[in-house]
Amino acid sequence: MERSLFRYILRFSRRDQLLIVPLVVASMVLYFLSLDLPKTIINVPIQGRGFPDPDSTVRFLQLTLNLPEFLGGAWPLFGGFSLERMPYLLVLSLAFLGLIVANGLLKFQINTMKGWMGERMLRRLRYALVDHILRFPLARFRRIKSAELATMVKDEVEPLGGFVGEALITPLFLGGQALTALVFIVYQHIYLGMIAVVMVAVQAGIIPKMRRRLLTLAKQRQLTARQLAGRIAEVSDGAVEIHAHDTSNFERADVAARLGRMFRIRFEYYQRKFLIKFINNFLSQLTPFLFYTVGGYLVIVGRLDIGALVAVIAAYKDLPTPVKELIDWDQQRLDVQIKYTQVMEQFIVDDLIPAEQQAVIDRPALPTQGKICGSNLSLVDESGSKVLDGVSFEVDLASHVAIVGRPDSGRSELAQVLARLVPPSSGTVTIGEIDMTRAPEAVTGRALAYVGATSYLFPTSVRENLVYGLKHRPVREAGYEGEALKEREFQLREAQRTGGTTLDVDADWVDYESAGVSNAETLEERILDVLKVVELEGPMFEHGLRSAIEPDRGGELRERLLGAREAMRERLVSMGMQEWVERFDPARYNRNASLAENLLFGAPVGKAFDVENLAANPYVMQVLEETGLTADLLSVGQQLAATMVELFSDLPPGHEFFERYSFIRHEDLPNVKAILARASEFGLQGIGAPERMQLLGLPFKLVSARHRLGLIDEALEGRVLEARRYFATRLPENLRRSVEFFDPTRYTSAASLQDNILFGKIVSGQANAAERIGELLRHVLGELGLRPLVVRIGLDYQVGVGGARLPASERQKIALARALLKRPALLILDQALGVLDPASQTAVSRKIREERKEAGIVWVLQRADQAEHVHSILVLERGRLAEQGEFEKLKQTGQALNKLLKEG
Amino acid sequence: MSLEQEVEMMRQIPLFARIAPAMQKLLCFGSERLTYDPGQDLVKIGEMADAAYVIIDGKAEVSVPGPNGPVVVNSLGKNEVIGEIAIFIDLPRTATVTATTRIEALRISKDLFINVVRQNPDAAIELIRVLAMRLANTTQQLIKSTAARK
Repeated sequence: MERSLFRYILRFSRRDQLLIVPLVVASMVLYFLSLDLPKTIINVPIQGRGFPDPDSTVRFLQLTLNLPEFLGGAWPLFGGFSLERMPYLLVLSLAFLGLIVANGLLKFQINTMKGWMGERMLRRLRYALVDHILRFPLARFRRIKSAELATMVKDEVEPLGGFVGEALITPLFLGGQALTALVFIVYQHIYLGMIAVVMVAVQAGIIPKMRRRLLTLAKQRQLTARQLAGRIAEVSDGAVEIHAHDTSNFERADVAARLGRMFRIRFEYYQRKFLIKFINNFLSQLTPFLFYTVGGYLVIVGRLDIGALVAVIAAYKDLPTPVKELIDWDQQRLDVQIKYTQVMEQFIVDDLIPAEQQAVIDRPALPTQGKICGSNLSLVDESGSKVLDGVSFEVDLASHVAIVGRPDSGRSELAQVLARLVPPSSGTVTIGEIDMTRAPEAVTGRALAYVGATSYLFPTSVRENLVYGLKHRPVREAGYEGEALKEREFQLREAQRTGGTTLDVDADWVDYESAGVSNAETLEERILDVLKVVELEGPMFEHGLRSAIEPDRGGELRERLLGAREAMRERLVSMGMQEWVERFDPARYNRNASLAENLLFGAPVGKAFDVENLAANPYVMQVLEETGLTADLLSVGQQLAATMVELFSDLPPGHEFFERYSFIRHEDLPNVKAILARASEFGLQGIGAPERMQLLGLPFKLVSARHRLGLIDEALEGRVLEARRYFATRLPENLRRSVEFFDPTRYTSAASLQDNILFGKIVSGQANAAERIGELLRHVLGELGLRPLVVRIGLDYQVGVGGARLPASERQKIALARALLKRPALLILDQALGVLDPASQTAVSRKIREERKEAGIVWVLQRADQAEHVHSILVLERGRLAEQGEFEKLKQTGQALNKLLKEG
Repeated sequence: MSLEQEVEMMRQIPLFARIAPAMQKLLCFGSERLTYDPGQDLVKIGEMADAAYVIIDGKAEVSVPGPNGPVVVNSLGKNEVIGEIAIFIDLPRTATVTATTRIEALRISKDLFINVVRQNPDAAIELIRVLAMRLANTTQQLIKSTAARK
């Protein structure tokens, strides 16, 4: 990348810039003509010059080639049309209109081209910056904040796009204009010309000097803004620490101090900017003053005629505007140049990974067998101390090797060197015949897999995260037709034009071969196998049970889940547990479901029938009114409110019981008390509509069996059933999509898999019912062979930012599965099981060894005694290889190993 | 049986008798009302204590593992409280409680219980009294058994 912005602009947009120049020239010609034409319109047709009598005509569009006398003088090219006075006026006016329109169109074209050019350059620059980020060595990311990178790529280079269009055209255009005026003035009178030249020179000399301070300020302004972005990211990343240590006010103070600094910088910046503007304007206005005094003197003493003075002053009118605009342009140039330089300072680095190393290689030669040889590996860290010191070893690629040592022994660093994440300061790693320290990432990224102690998940589904390790290159082209094809071709052209990649992100990137499968279906099977290896199949099954199936998917699965609903019912009956689930029955009130669920008898879709706004829904109000439920529910609401007031009045605000048990928030209690007081005085009919609505809304969350308040008796249940029927039969067309009714013979898309299978509520009074029913459900699904399908639904679970919606152990298991799925020649696990509990550590590590029976693992272990199952071990001590060999042998003879074992 | 009846029952239990009536009601309202079948465990030895139980109806027995299978050390009935001490210390349950008949019980979760005690000094004192009584009993037994051995 270029350090100088202008060189960068010239290098990549010269062609586009040159294309605009003729348009600019043409535009100036048209502009000149449109200034000149009015003179003719006024002089000839309006004032009648050239029309001595009413019948006279003039020639319009008479073209003559004026040649010097010796070549024959004037050659008439075209005789033109004869026009009378009125038509001539009309024609000239139309010509004027034409000129203006043509000039407008030219300007439109120029501006569009400038815009395109700017956007193309911006796109090229941003792409190049991201390309650089992708090629930063990992160590760099320790020193740079991600939010700052984002600000640089997104915000700081933004003004560059606007400037590129102005970069060359504007100085040419304005410079030309100013120069013409200047030459004209000098031509009129040399002294006056000198005055103008001197004033312009003063402007050009003083202003940039004054600007120097502005430049420093602009630089500071950019840096402080970037740091603010970084700081804001820290506040969000460190939210837990901030709350845990009550440091929010410290953060507030810090942000306030930064904003204060930014304000100071900007304050001074504006002050100076407008001072410069003032001086600039003053200098521009000073020149006419000099013209009047000096020029006037010259006229008085008779050394200048008055016509020339007027002409000079007129010409000078056209001078300040372009000069001022040129100065503005220069200001913008400096500003953008600073932004560019400051961004480049972060991005032009010596240790960038060469582009060739990340080249797309379709089928690189990958190591499959042989030995892993580390020879004389050394690594010097940023502080200059040797973390690895002359480590040499040779092990079979297909064997299981453990690296043990104290945390500071360099064990993780050795693993990262082996995984080619960190280049060694000296020495090489070869696998088979291939030098892995110099191999392209197409080789290392496919032959090696590295899982560290914590892993990053991308914020997509679990499945997408698992196949992420298979996306090395587009494997199958996406098919485009019609409009989509045109769009794709357009994008391809633009990408080529701006130096971007032409690889299609919408192609299918998943490399089945890498996973050892042949198509999407077998890949799913393979994923299920890998999930079992890392003990993730269970959690994914649970996610699946709690998920709803997207309305447009899983047609066959729905049918089979309905089968499971029936099987589950039969199983409960056969075990005498049918009482444990209260099924949804259109003809019965479900005491384990809320009143709202009983009324709707369906799952709400969207907000319309959400339990929170149910009482405010006009249709629900109508249903209650028509079926005579309003009075009942008001009375239940009143009793419920009274109970809540009784139970919760004495608790302090913010007590956790409000959140957990109360139907009314603490801040609403006084209001509810007032409503109750009014209701007891005037009766429920005597209170206002909003108050009634508030009371009416309370009972909807009431679950008779759980809350045991005895507020809903059998008679009321019967009336709710009536209302349920009324609700369903008269539901207006526009609300049909807002609720999905429960139907014993249909799958409810808006409900979770589990709710669909149970088709009812687990009764709240039965001890351990939820656990036992859950167990039974899993059993039934297993028998019906539905488990894998449910797991697949679970794989669609969205993991959240950085995988935050999953527990750490599941995140780590996904990372392990991702590494296993691509079948690397060598799997490098750097304390990768640390976050799992001890029992799953043992189980998962056994299953991984089993899975990779024939393939290599290098395993950095937290504790030396975990090494008993591997083929050989490397013992590191302060960066040096102390011992290597089989665990049992070393246990007898090795001093370093025994020392570690004793430390435990 | 509804909430009102549960509150009525709770008033009979010394541990809860002195708590303010609204708080007694809240304690019931916040608890789970559960049914246990004969043979079902309310509390299992070794599990962490996350709740206390009040038997509303039915019988249960307390057992600890012995060399020849579980040994029954106590039996419990209506209005008796289970595990109210254990939830104040983070230790596993020291015995198993099994329903011998069908049991109706209130399950009072640990934080509900602790919160109610925190709001009611009388309940705390009652709890200390219960604890002190047990300690006195245990001491008595210890003295007896030591004396018997001599």
